[in-house]
Amino acid sequence: MKPVNAVIKEVIKETPTITTLIFDIKPDAIPGQFVMVWIRGVDEVPMALSHPNSITVQRVGDASETLSNMKPGDSIGLRGPFGNGFELTGQRIMIIAGGVGAAPLLPLAHQLRLRDAKISILLGAKTSKELLFEEQFSRSGELKAATDDGSKGYHGVITGLMDKYDLNSFDMFYVCGPEMMMRAVLDMLHVNGLENRSQFSLHRYFKCGIGVCGSCTIDPWGLRVCKDGPVFYGDILLNSELGKYHRDVTGKKIMF
Amino acid sequence: MTQPELSIELTGLGMKNPVILAAGILGTTGASLKRIAGSGVGAVITKSIGTIPEKGHPNPSLVALECGLLNAMGLPNPSYKEFNDELATAKEGDVPVIVSIFGSHPDEFSEIIEGLEGADAFELNLSCPHSQQYGAAVGTDPVLVEKITKAAKTTASVPIWVKLTPNVTDIVTIGEAASRGGADAVVAINTIRSMAIDIHSGYPILGNLYGGLSGAAIRPVAVKCVYDLYRALDIPVIGVGGVSKWEDAVEMMMAGASAVQIGSAIYDNFTIFSEISEALFTFLKSRDLNLGDIIGIAHKKVKQ
Ligand SMILES: Cc1cc2nc3c(=O)[nH]c(=O)nc-3n(C[C@H](O)[C@H](O)[C@H](O)COP(=O)(O)OP(=O)(O)OC[C@H]3O[C@@H](n4cnc5c(N)ncnc54)[C@H](O)[C@@H]3O)c2cc1C
Ligand SMILES: Cc1cc2nc3c(=O)[nH]c(=O)nc-3n(C[C@H](O)[C@H](O)[C@H](O)COP(=O)(O)O)c2cc1C
Ligand code: FES
Repeated sequence: MKPVNAVIKEVIKETPTITTLIFDIKPDAIPGQFVMVWIRGVDEVPMALSHPNSITVQRVGDASETLSNMKPGDSIGLRGPFGNGFELTGQRIMIIAGGVGAAPLLPLAHQLRLRDAKISILLGAKTSKELLFEEQFSRSGELKAATDDGSKGYHGVITGLMDKYDLNSFDMFYVCGPEMMMRAVLDMLHVNGLENRSQFSLHRYFKCGIGVCGSCTIDPWGLRVCKDGPVFYGDILLNSELGKYHRDVTGKKIMF
Repeated sequence: MTQPELSIELTGLGMKNPVILAAGILGTTGASLKRIAGSGVGAVITKSIGTIPEKGHPNPSLVALECGLLNAMGLPNPSYKEFNDELATAKEGDVPVIVSIFGSHPDEFSEIIEGLEGADAFELNLSCPHSQQYGAAVGTDPVLVEKITKAAKTTASVPIWVKLTPNVTDIVTIGEAASRGGADAVVAINTIRSMAIDIHSGYPILGNLYGGLSGAAIRPVAVKCVYDLYRALDIPVIGVGGVSKWEDAVEMMMAGASAVQIGSAIYDNFTIFSEISEALFTFLKSRDLNLGDIIGIAHKKVKQ
């Protein structure tokens, strides 16, 4: 399919670095799937859908900067939705979100709530102002925040907050955030033998987005993050490159 | 009735079947190539590798159209120096690993061949349609094609395949140049130069503005190129372009292909390699034929 035209209806400044763009179409997606967002004349980047009709963008470089500066009436091209998305399962759920990683987890929380799941949400960020979707998540379950600087909630990394729960009582953990955070969460779940009860949404450099070119494959099984993922169960990731290295645009390994 | 034999020897390489992964498809990492090696393929070809790291063209670099895939990846690769590790991993996969390489000068091809360890063969990419100084930019000039092939042959101790572009007036002229240069086989075809425009905005969709078309739409073009090359050359022709079903593979072989490569079709079907080679076996068996009986058969049916 050629990119579908999406017109921006509303722009919401979520945090000093994060912006939500609400558009006029609703791609038929399941939580955790992504769209390839074409900023004409600039770039095309993968973005999770944060609501059926929105993406939520953190400013980090050219593409995300241009998106963050968009105004109602501007338009973008969307290919997708692509990827597998989360598998919705279990009644007692923990959602662990770091930074803009909260984006794919918000529609997941909504859907799980509709299935009457009991949800604990651990929301992490560098500082209180960067906590994303705090209020919206609170509507789906019990939320606890963690900040690196202690400006709100637990002072420290999110695994410190996890420590306060009986992890064995959860049926499923859903995780998305910075790579080192995801690795730390996975290692902690592994200590408790719970990696097969966890799903992680990964992030790699994409070119094609549809499983053909190979830019996004992860070691050691050559799984494609864009097509076999972006969501993988923890047991598959345990002995993978997650948290060790990734590949840049040329395909060269870059250590974390 | 005897069982048909799917295993082949192609330019000295033993393969368990004649179905090969095409260059640039899931060939960026050793692990990815190893995964495909385990899916019933006869051999795998890597992403095209050059002398220096390349980022490739800006995204969008691929769009799936109704008729096929349009891409302008722009030969992203980490350079041969960074690729040795990936190659070593790919080799664990138990099928021949052919390394696709590109450059703009014969010396660059020699440098890459010398710098890579363990390739079972090299495929010279003289055919990428959307690169300013590489690929088809050199692959349309028969003199340069012959020189590059000769340089590669002189440097390498393994077979050299030369991949041709269809974006020329007469592909046979280029195939003959490769053959004079000592190529062990030619591979046809790479993608066909093409373009798509976004009608909402007027922007060309690809970051590179134009790119190369692959998939079902180009199969008849590939069949004709293979047909013409088979007739003109004494070396094997390897067919590639739009093969997505066993019938397509048979057709390509009847035109003269000793083996087929598959790229785009992996888009909707990861098990395509085993499916096609199994179906090929069944087809041959049902007619009591061997691969050799169908390769180039179309030429015997027409008055020369
Ligand atoms: C499946 C998937 C879903 C994604 N969903 C979202 C989403 O919902 N929201 C979102 O904001 N992003 C998301 N991303 C990341 C996003 O696609 C891009 O990586 C990001 O927008 C960078 O593009 P850029 O051109 O702005 O930055 P680039 O120019 O590519 O990068 C600029 C600098 O920022 C660094 N950088 C790049 N990406 C990140 C990052 N994510 N975090 C921190 N530093 C980074 C780079 O290393 C570089 O130094 C997702 C990625 C994937 C694979
Ligand atoms: C995404 C993509 C990347 C490609 N990269 C390369 C490459 O690096 N080197 C090369 O020789 N051919 C490359 N090709 C061309 C293919 O190897 C093949 O010749 C072409 O796609 C036709 O076959 P198909 O229709 O089975 O895909 C690429 C094709 C695609 C779709
Ligand atoms: S981005 Fe091309 S295979 Fe994933």
